[in-house]
Amino acid sequence: MMHRFILAASLILLGGCVTRPAAWDYTNFQRAKPASLLVMPPVNDSPDVKATPGVWSQATQPLAEAGYYVLPVTLVDETFRSNGVYTAHDAQSIPLPRLRDFFGADAAVYIKVNKYGTSYSVLASETRVEVEARILDLRSGDLLWKGSAFATSAEQQQAQGGLVGLLVQAVVNQIIGTATDAGYTYAGIATARLMAAPKYNGVLPGPRSPLYGQPPVTQ
Amino acid sequence: MSPSLRLWVALGAAILLAGCAQTQKPLYMWDTFSRHQYDTLLHEGASPDSQIQAMEQHAVKAQGANAALPPGFRAHLGMLYLGNGNADKARELWTGEMETFPESAPYMKQLLKRLSGDAAPAAGEKGPA
Repeated sequence: MMHRFILAASLILLGGCVTRPAAWDYTNFQRAKPASLLVMPPVNDSPDVKATPGVWSQATQPLAEAGYYVLPVTLVDETFRSNGVYTAHDAQSIPLPRLRDFFGADAAVYIKVNKYGTSYSVLASETRVEVEARILDLRSGDLLWKGSAFATSAEQQQAQGGLVGLLVQAVVNQIIGTATDAGYTYAGIATARLMAAPKYNGVLPGPRSPLYGQPPVTQ
Repeated sequence: MSPSLRLWVALGAAILLAGCAQTQKPLYMWDTFSRHQYDTLLHEGASPDSQIQAMEQHAVKAQGANAALPPGFRAHLGMLYLGNGNADKARELWTGEMETFPESAPYMKQLLKRLSGDAAPAAGEKGPA
């Protein structure tokens, strides 16, 4: 019994390392060498109005820990508002050169929230956050990277290593003792999975990371 | 399974796990900074005073631990002070953001210019409703 359990556990661990989609082409990313990132207000395709602030506020930590300077999202929000831009959709439609002129960032992060919040059913409720992101170079307009991730209360919280695990733990710790909405918690886990580095097919470590300049993770 | 075999299997699993998981020290002390940003972005009238107090304590804690404050920390705190009418403190903190993270200079210079100038409203002040 124990034997079988350990075998299964090892296979799951091994499986975690082995199942891989095709490798992302990092040519543009490595040429652009962005140092500063402007995270745009995330477009929300879910019915929950807290999706945009929830995901936006959680996006800074994984990208900053990946070694980038991330422009302060609350000030960016105020800048948009004081210029009459009130929705994420409108903000994400602004031409790249104008963003570059005003914010001076090297690249911008465009996030879309596909699912956010808690759905209730007779037997169980599930909180789920699904996000996808693209990073565009604000100087050339090149697509540097894209990816997607999700987090759900339905999954077993298994031990997760590396920076992703560390960030997830940080999110969980932040919640303890705080009356808060569950969507925010899972937004933190989903954004960490989406944008923490280094990771296979993930964002490359930035200039402030000790891992900057290393080749992309291949396994 | 014998105890020694079990140990080997456990060790094997640990090595596999370590293979996926490089240990890395965080670059910054985050504390509840993301949460403060969330509260502000919600626009539900979060109290700037309690945030200022919590963030000042965070700054002291980081200094004591010789840990770095995250990107945007000083900028956000400056915006809170500005919301309370303390423009000098905002100027000091935004300048600090720029000195700590030179990558922020183009944006911080814009904000500082608006703060001292007569141009459009600066970040931290309410735009047209």
